[in-house]
Order: sequence, then C-alpha cells, then structure tokens
Amino acid sequence: MTPDLQCTNLTKKFGETTAVDNVSFSVPAGSFFSILGPSGCGKTTIMRMIAGFLEPSSGDIQIKGNSVLNVPPNKRHVNMVFQHLALFPMMNIADNIGYGLRRAGMHKKDIGFKVDEALERIGLPGIGHRRVDELSGGQKQRVAIARCMVLEPDVLLLDEPLGALDLKLREHMKVELKTLQAAFDTTFVYITHDQSEALVMSDNIAVMNAGRFEQVGSAQDLYYRPDTAFVAGFVGDSNRWSGKVVKQDGENTLVQTTSGLTLRGATQGRSLSQGDTIDAFVRPEAIRIAHNAEDLASFDNQISGTVTSILFNGAASRVMVRDTEGHEEVAVNLPQSGEFANLTKGAPVHIGWASDQANCFSAGAS
Amino acid sequence: MHREAKLGLILLLTPFLLWLSLLIVIPHIDLLLVSLRERVGVGQYEISLGNYLTFFTEPLYIVTFLRTAVMSIFATILTLLIGFPVAYYIAKMAKGRTQSALFLLCLVPFWVSELVRTFGWMILLRETGIISNLLQSVGLAQGPVEMLYNDAAIMVGLVYTSMLFMVVPLITTLESLSDEVVEAGYDLGGSGFSVLREIIIPHAMPGIVSGSIVVFMLCLGNYLTPTMLGGKESLWFTELIYSQFIVRFNWELGAAFGFLLLILSSVIVWGMLRLTGQSLEKTMG
Repeated sequence: MTPDLQCTNLTKKFGETTAVDNVSFSVPAGSFFSILGPSGCGKTTIMRMIAGFLEPSSGDIQIKGNSVLNVPPNKRHVNMVFQHLALFPMMNIADNIGYGLRRAGMHKKDIGFKVDEALERIGLPGIGHRRVDELSGGQKQRVAIARCMVLEPDVLLLDEPLGALDLKLREHMKVELKTLQAAFDTTFVYITHDQSEALVMSDNIAVMNAGRFEQVGSAQDLYYRPDTAFVAGFVGDSNRWSGKVVKQDGENTLVQTTSGLTLRGATQGRSLSQGDTIDAFVRPEAIRIAHNAEDLASFDNQISGTVTSILFNGAASRVMVRDTEGHEEVAVNLPQSGEFANLTKGAPVHIGWASDQANCFSAGAS
Repeated sequence: MHREAKLGLILLLTPFLLWLSLLIVIPHIDLLLVSLRERVGVGQYEISLGNYLTFFTEPLYIVTFLRTAVMSIFATILTLLIGFPVAYYIAKMAKGRTQSALFLLCLVPFWVSELVRTFGWMILLRETGIISNLLQSVGLAQGPVEMLYNDAAIMVGLVYTSMLFMVVPLITTLESLSDEVVEAGYDLGGSGFSVLREIIIPHAMPGIVSGSIVVFMLCLGNYLTPTMLGGKESLWFTELIYSQFIVRFNWELGAAFGFLLLILSSVIVWGMLRLTGQSLEKTMG
C-alpha cells in the first residue's frame, strides 16, 4: 500500500545554513506521525515544505504516491492546523469551517450540511453563528481541526497547536486529538517540541536534531532503546554522565565518569572500546532506592549516599542522592508505595541499577 | 469623587475644552450666524436664508460643488488603489531595514511644505517643464506639451498630497494581520484573489475606511493644489469660498458656502460608513 506521505532525501538550505538535511520518511495511511525536536531543529521547515509554503532545495515529497513538488499550497490535498490556529476573525464559526468548501465551489446547501456535520463531530453543535473570539482555547482548537477536516485532506499537518493552551487543557486535548484522529481516520503529521505530546499521541515519532532525523520509531523504542545520545537525552529525563571506558567486555562496559564515579553500563550493540570518551544515561525511574544495601543485591551498580534534596512533585517526586565519596549527584524517582514518605534531607540511602539500564554512547557520535 | 481628583480632572480637561470651544465651536457658531444674515443697507442686517438660496439658484455654484465632491471621491479611490499595494508591500512583504527604509521614503516628501511639493509638480508638468522637454527630445512630441491646468493635473496633485494619509493607517491595520491567517487562506484552497477579498480586505477595512475619510476630507478642503495645478478654471469649491471672503468681501455668502461644504463632507462620510457597514467608533478605536 502506498504511504499517504513520503519524503525522500528532503533538503532545505537557507543560504549557507542547512535547515533540513537529507531527511527521508514515510507515513502510512491513517497513522499518527510526530516530529519531535527542540526549537530551531528544522521541524517547522519540513512542515512548511509539505504544506507547500516552502520549496525544498532538493529531494521529493509524495502524497498518495504523487509528487507535489510543483503543486501550489492551495492545490495540495494537505491541510494545516497552524500554531496559533489562524482562524479567520472576520468570519463566524460556520464561515470559517465552510471557507475551504466555498473555495472548492461546493453548493451552498451542501456546505451548510457539511459544516453542521463537522460541528457535530467535534462535539460543538449549534455554535456556527458564534464569533471566533467568543470561543475558549479548546473550542478554537477543535474548530481549527474541523475547518481542515471538512476538506477531507490526505494528510493533516499540525504545527504545535497545543503550545498556546494551559497545562490542564493541553493534557485534555492530547487525548482528544488522538480520538479525533481515530474518528476522522486521517493521517496526522504532528510537530512539537513537547515530548509528552509526541509520546502520548503518536504511532511513530521521529526525533529531529539540527536538521536530521536522529531516530524514527514508536514511543517505546525511543524511550527504552534510544539509538543516539541525543535521543537518550531528549526523550524523557536522564542522569547524564560523561566519562571514559575503562574496560570493555562484550556488551558490558565499565565506565569511570569525569568526576570519578565508576559504573557499569551497556552498549546495546554499539561498538565501544577501551579509552573511548562516552556519555552514559540512566533514567531516574530505572534506579532503585533502598534503606538497606542488601535489598539491592541483584543490581550490579550499587551506590551508598545521602539525600541532598527532595523534589516533591506528586507522583513524579524525586530525590537527589550524592554518593558518599561526593563524586556525583544522582536523580532518583521516589517509589509511591509510601515507604520513603518520611525521607528527609541528609538521610543515608542506598541506590542501585542494572547495568543494561545505563546506556552508553560514544561522545564523538553526537 | 475626591476634591483633589476633581480638580485634577478639571485642570487636565481645561486645555482641551479651551481648544475645542475657542477654536472650533465658537468660530463655527459665528460663521453660522454670519451665513444667516443678509445686508439690507449700510451696516444694516437682517436674518434670512438668502445666502443659501443664492447657492441653489446659481448653477455655477452647484456645478462647482458637485464637481468638487466627485473629484474628491475619485481622488480618494485612486489613492486607495495606489496606496493599498504599497502599504501591503511595506507591512507584509518587506522585512527589517527595508521596511523602515520604505516607510521613511513615503514620509520624506512631507518634510517640505505642500507649496514646495506642488511647485515640484509644476516644474515637471509645465510647458517648458522636464517631461515636456523629454518628450520633445525623444521625438514623441513636436512642440511643447502643456500638462498643467487640467483635471488630470489636479488629480495627480491630490493623490500625491494624500498618499501618506492613506498608507499609514493601512500599514497599521495590515501589520496586525498575522501571516498565519493569510497562509491558512491559501492552505484551505483559496486563490490569491479570494484571499485578498475574503481575508485581507475585511481585515484591513478599518484602515481603509479611516484612511479614506482623512484623504477625502483633505481633498475636499484642499485649496493649494487645485489652484496651482488646475489654474484659473479649476473650479474647486474652496476657491469659491476664498473669492467670496477675500475678493468679493461677501462674508455672508462665503460663510454659507463654508457651511454647505461642512454638511456635504459630513453627509458623504456618513454615507460611506453606512455603505461599508463600519462605524466611526470601530474605525477610530
């Protein structure tokens, strides 16, 4: 089956700077694809090239198997939900949603019917006569999506549309967007710098950095099996240490960090050899905290230390633990079972983690 | 309200109220009174509508009056048609330094007085002027060409004089139109023309209306440009007022003319607002 969207060796240069560097990917029909990256990594440039507002310097964009390189934006079967939604303030809601249909030359009566149907679908029936500024942020969001969806695009592009919403609403809209995508059964391409948006909603995520895709995969792939140091550092939180390989034995690596901490890590198939400078990543939730050293017997990394600070954040609470020799501060997730509820600053604790949870990447690679 | 606050309010309002009453309200009341009297003998006056009647019984006055109105409307439309693309380019397409440089270029002509600017056009357009000489040297014209003293010359002068007052409000409103909205218009299938008609123009409407009102008023009340570029037969209504006051020394008729011009401009502006569905509050606020 032809993918809905396929980009091949897509490159965009602005003068000397390369904003998008030889990026290839394909998005199968009906899936939710996210491009995740820090601001300035080129994700918006890709989006604008797909929408047709920018001409790629080289490479090809195919929608449903047909190249759209020389097709102007108003002729592409691709619609875009803009960052600030870009609803037309001079029109009411019904006219906003009907705009594209009017442009397509549809009969007035059919437009009315389709607009009502779309409003029904986004759960806002009967607001057609309202003005844009009378709606709340979440309602505007849904109208902006409906405005695109009535045109039945092959691909819907979403350019960080949740960025302007407050936290509560953003959490809610994440779920809702995913539901809307399923309801409309359309291919969504979503760009964001917010990893939780990407992780929650997407079937596939591309992590982008400095104009290139670092890794494309499912949320679990990116989180548990990062290919590069950038992905390991960008997706989720990690303790990150720089160091040198002291001993390399198959999959297992013995590392000494620059501050002198010795730890065991895993290469996950990447080739490292003794003396390489590396970055090691350990997720705070992969580290077990215990009152007694015996509880951690099964882990090949064990550190004793004291609590230096407690970062209470409900379910995502953390403690910072400094090892007894005072080399490093390690962030550790606090279990929610209550046994550490009385932990105080300065309390002695033991922490440990399995070596395969410590991902080591050659520092030169990225 | 506290006594101090009240005093402060009065002090703040005083200059404005003085300006309004001394320079606008009182002269206009006086003008109205003057226009409503008729001289019956030396130093003897009586109240009558005779001055206004004179206006309606003399075809020349009515023709001049209508001609002034129509030409002003035409000049306004022309200014809008020329000014809109200029404003759009400056507001939306030019970036950074180019933008401020272009804006400055629009402003520069207004650093010299209107008189000097109009003389500039006379130098260009007169029989022995630059354009005439150029046409002769290229061979497109056999003899000297006179381009002054006709309606086209007046129109050129009016549009030129008013351009800034159209471009500035247009730039202000167009700048507030986000690029995203325009792009969304294209993205959803709009052509250049339909985006202009359905998105850009409705958004710019307050600017278009306020610019048009200002330009129209300026044209209607312009004396210098029609006189200098249009010559003796330019027939601009302000010239009639001038001649009644200064040449004929008939202040009564002059005042009546002045009032008619005020009514005319108010009626046309009101009509324009009604026609475009805008209100003065919306445009000015």
